[in-house]
Amino acid sequence: MQPFYHIFKKDLSSELRTRYAVNSLVMFILITISVILFSIGTETISDYLAGGLFWVVVFFSAMSGLSRTFVSEEERGTAMTLKLIASPASVFGGKLFFNIVLVFSMNVFVLVLYSILFDAFVLKNLVLFLTAFLLGNIGIAAASTIIAAIISKAGSKGTLYPVLSFPILLPLILILIELTKLSMDGVGLDEAFVEIAVLFCYDVIMFSVSFLLFDFIWKD
Amino acid sequence: MLWKIALFILICFISIAGIAFPIVENPSAWYEFPLITGLGENAKIIFFHVPTAWITVLAFFMSTIYGIKYLRKKDLDDDAKAYTAAQLGMIFCILATVTGAVWSKFAWGSFWSWDPRQTSIFALMLIYGALFVLRSAIEQDEKRAVLSSVYSIIAFVTVPFFIFIMPRIMKGLHPGSADDNTAGPVVNFKMDSNMYLIFVLSLIGFTILYFWMWRVGYRLQILKDKLEKQFS
Repeated sequence: MQPFYHIFKKDLSSELRTRYAVNSLVMFILITISVILFSIGTETISDYLAGGLFWVVVFFSAMSGLSRTFVSEEERGTAMTLKLIASPASVFGGKLFFNIVLVFSMNVFVLVLYSILFDAFVLKNLVLFLTAFLLGNIGIAAASTIIAAIISKAGSKGTLYPVLSFPILLPLILILIELTKLSMDGVGLDEAFVEIAVLFCYDVIMFSVSFLLFDFIWKD
Repeated sequence: MLWKIALFILICFISIAGIAFPIVENPSAWYEFPLITGLGENAKIIFFHVPTAWITVLAFFMSTIYGIKYLRKKDLDDDAKAYTAAQLGMIFCILATVTGAVWSKFAWGSFWSWDPRQTSIFALMLIYGALFVLRSAIEQDEKRAVLSSVYSIIAFVTVPFFIFIMPRIMKGLHPGSADDNTAGPVVNFKMDSNMYLIFVLSLIGFTILYFWMWRVGYRLQILKDKLEKQFS
């Protein structure tokens, strides 16, 4: 068994015991989508706007739920024990894997709700969208995990998280909005190759930078 | 001391030359600039706007370099250097954004239009802002230095993505953009030699000014830290 898998299992079982992150995320998603629906009212919105708003929901729900992984360790005072029993790389790997799973389940939920509630949200090229969705989720998880580690050491100030994450996630969100537009137009995979490649590069760079820098954050 | 006087004369010359030298259609005298189609008199902003934008990027780069240096050697002086570079970068970032916005009101008709370069400088401003928020949230010196270094490195690696993705999302209005066929690329062949010379002199002058400000700034910061340690 890999050590990072144990960290992931620990997080998963402690999450299943309290279900705090999952519950608050589901409620947050419901609230955000209903606010959007109320503000639209009886108006009809364009396809592109619906596609852009989808990523707004994803961004803000990620901001509300993903900082828990590291902040909860500091709150419960278990960070020191974790430092003793596992190497930084495996701690980060476990946390990252947990966040990837969380982001995926959250965004699949958003996607299903969104497709039911928004008539304008029609994806002509589903394969392209799902590729972007997959790579985008990994990117969001990677960037927000390392930022979560930073703010947990900064005294876990709640408002700090979206402020620090937004500039890092901005290129990713811009690419994702562009790819959503392209998949709404029914553009083929080969035509959107550059965007997919940029997205893939973002993921790879985020992964390597976070693994390299996590040691410095974790060791006091 | 001598180089400071030389810098003063250089900056004075650039300011006077950049503003006062006339733009004519067929430049013949040494003090006349050529007319660039689509830009006209607006072209003169290149002597002041481009150097500020260049220093914004340079300061961000230096802040990251000194962040890496701090993580390697754990010397708090490097953190002071990185912090001062970021402070100056923020000042020049605001200057570049404001001069650019004023110029774009006259050239494009609106102060802000999410041109790729405007978006990039906006993202850079957000990163600088986030860096200062992060620094102000942490009390302890070493922790603040480590976390802000890590954050500036993470932010630094995301910036190149704007160069790749933004031109595909937005059409470039900015002179020098890839799909701009009226005014750009200004730097390469639309400027004649004396305009180019003043542009380069301006870049050099502003860069020296930045390094001077940076040196004064970080020495002040280091002294401040020392004083605080002595009296606490």
